[in-house]
Amino acid sequence: MTASVAERLQATGTANALELRGVGRMFGALAALSDINLSVRPGERRAVLGSNGAGKTTLFNCVTGDFPPTSGTIRFFGEDVTGFPPQERIRRGLRRTYQISLLFGGLTVRDNVYLACVGVSRSRFSFLRPRRDDTLMAAAEDLVEAVHLTAYRDTLVSELSYGQQRQLEIALALAGAPRFILFDEPAAGLSPTERRELIEILTGLPSHMGFIIIEHDMDVALRVAESVTMMHNGRIFKEGKPEEIESDPEVQELYLGGGDG
Amino acid sequence: MAAIDPPALATERRVSTLPIGGWALVLVLLFMPAFAGDFVLYQIFGWTFILGMIALSLMFLAGYGGMVSLIQMSVAGLAGYGVAIFGTSAIDTISLGWPWYAAIPIALALAVLFGTICGALAVRTEGIYTIMITLAIASAFFYFTRQNYALFNGFSGFNGVLPPQLFGVDWRGPQAFYYLTLSFAALGYWLVLYVSRSPFGLALQGIRDNPRRMAALGYNVNAHRIAAYAFSALIAGVAGILLTWQSAQISPGTAGIQPVIDVLVIAVVGGLAHPIGPFIGAFIYVILRTFALDALVSVGLSGERFQLLIGLGFLIIVFASPDGVLGLWKRWRERGARDPLTGERR
Repeated sequence: MTASVAERLQATGTANALELRGVGRMFGALAALSDINLSVRPGERRAVLGSNGAGKTTLFNCVTGDFPPTSGTIRFFGEDVTGFPPQERIRRGLRRTYQISLLFGGLTVRDNVYLACVGVSRSRFSFLRPRRDDTLMAAAEDLVEAVHLTAYRDTLVSELSYGQQRQLEIALALAGAPRFILFDEPAAGLSPTERRELIEILTGLPSHMGFIIIEHDMDVALRVAESVTMMHNGRIFKEGKPEEIESDPEVQELYLGGGDG
Repeated sequence: MAAIDPPALATERRVSTLPIGGWALVLVLLFMPAFAGDFVLYQIFGWTFILGMIALSLMFLAGYGGMVSLIQMSVAGLAGYGVAIFGTSAIDTISLGWPWYAAIPIALALAVLFGTICGALAVRTEGIYTIMITLAIASAFFYFTRQNYALFNGFSGFNGVLPPQLFGVDWRGPQAFYYLTLSFAALGYWLVLYVSRSPFGLALQGIRDNPRRMAALGYNVNAHRIAAYAFSALIAGVAGILLTWQSAQISPGTAGIQPVIDVLVIAVVGGLAHPIGPFIGAFIYVILRTFALDALVSVGLSGERFQLLIGLGFLIIVFASPDGVLGLWKRWRERGARDPLTGERR
C-alpha cells in the first residue's frame, strides 16, 4: 500500500522528467555507454556536449528506445520505460529529432507533420481521409507555421533545402503534446541566419517543455541551455552551469581546446 | 526549385482530378457490352478485372507498404474454397449448402483471418525473406489443399460453384458477369486510392520509407503492417470468390505455384506506383494467355510453346521499363512535356 502511494506520488509532478540509473549500452565488446546517471527536471533545458564517439547519440537512442540499453533503468516522469518499445515512450510525451534528417521524402511538408500529429493521436488506424475541418490537419498547419515553413507546405520534402529539412525535423518533434524533447544536433550544417531562427524556435518553446540538446556549436548550446552535461568515452564527465563548464580547465583541455577551435 | 520527381508521387497527386483519357476509359468500360462479344466480356475483361484485383491487393502491400507478399493468390483461393465448402457445389458430400448471405461473409472472414495470420508471420522479416516466407506458406497451402480430401476434396477440388441468382439475374451471363466484376474492380481501385490518402495509408507509406522514424512518431510499425495484410486480404478474397464463380470451380491448381508467381508478374509488369498498374498488367497477361497459342499456330509453330511467348512478352516489358507499363507511360509523358533542344519543361 505504501509503495503504491509512493509510486503515485512519483508519477505526478514531483518526479524528474528523465531519470537514468546506471544506464549502459554495449555493442559487442565495445561499451558505447557505461554507468550513466542523469536526472533532468521537468522543464529543464540541458545541453549535452562531447567529442565524436562520446556516446551522445547512443544516449538518445537508449532513452527513446531506438535500441534498448544493455543495463540500467530509464524513468520518464517517474514511470519505468526501460522495456518499452519506442512508440510507447513517444505516446507518453517523449520526442526526438535525428542528427541526420529521417523524413519522408516522397510526402509533402504538411503530410510529414500530419503523420507526426496522427502518430500520437487515436486516429492512427483511421481509414477515413481527413476532412477540411480536421483538427489534426489544423494542428499540422500550425506546426508548419511555427517552424517558418508555411510557404513550402505543399512542397515535397525531397525538394526542400537542407536547412528547411532540419526545421521540419523540429516540427515533427513538436507534434501532439510533447513533455520532453531530445534534439540531436539541430544546428549542424545550418547557415548563420538559420542558426538564429533555430535559437528563436528553441527559446520560444513553452517553459514546461524541457529538452536535451546535443550541440557542437557552443554558441547555440549555451544560449538555449541552463545546464550542461559533458560526455567523454561513453561516460558523464562533468555536469554544471554553462559558465562553470566553459571555464573548467579540464573541459577546455578535452573539448574546447582539443577540437578545431 | 529543382524538379526532382519521386516515382510514387507524380501519379498520386493527380488522383483527384481525372484526366480526359480517364473519362474516355470509364465510358468505354461502361458501354463495352454494346460492341464487344460474349467471349471478350467474359473471358478477357472478366478475367482481367479479377486478376487485376488480386494483383491490386499485392500492389497495396508492395507499392505503399514495401512488402512483397506471395500469399495473395492463396488468400483468394481460400475465399473460393470458402464459398464452395459453406455454399453449394457439385460435391454435395462436403459442401454445406448454406445460403449465399452466410457462405460469402464466412469465406471472406476466413480469407482475412488467413491473410492476417500470414502477415503476422511475415512482417518481422524484410525484403527477400518476406518473399521466401510467403512463398513457403503459398506452397504449403497448395500441397495441403491437394492432399486433404476431407475438407478440400484433394486434387479435383470443387466444381459447380455458382453465384446466387440474386435479383433474378444469372450472374454468370456474360454481360451480368462483366458488370459484376467491373463493379468490384472499380470499388477495389477506388478503395485503395482513397485509403492511400487516409491516416492509415499515409502511415503505411511512411513505414515503407522509414520504419524507424515511424516508431519514433508513436506508430506501432508491425501492427500497421499486419493491418495492411488484413485489408489486402479482403480485396484478394472478393476476387477469389469471383474467380471461382467465373470457372464455376476451385481446385488446388487455382492457387498453385504458377498462379502465385503470375500475380507478382502481373503487378510488376503493370507497375506498383499506382492502383491502375495491376489492371494494366492483368490485361496484358490475359491477352497473352488467351492469344499466344493462336499466334504461334498461325505462324506455323507448335501451339504447345505458348508459355514461351508469354515469357518473352513480359521480358521485353520489364527490360524496357523496370517499373512496368506505368513507368513507361510516365517517362513518355515527361519526354513530351520537355523541349527537345534544351530539356526544359514547357
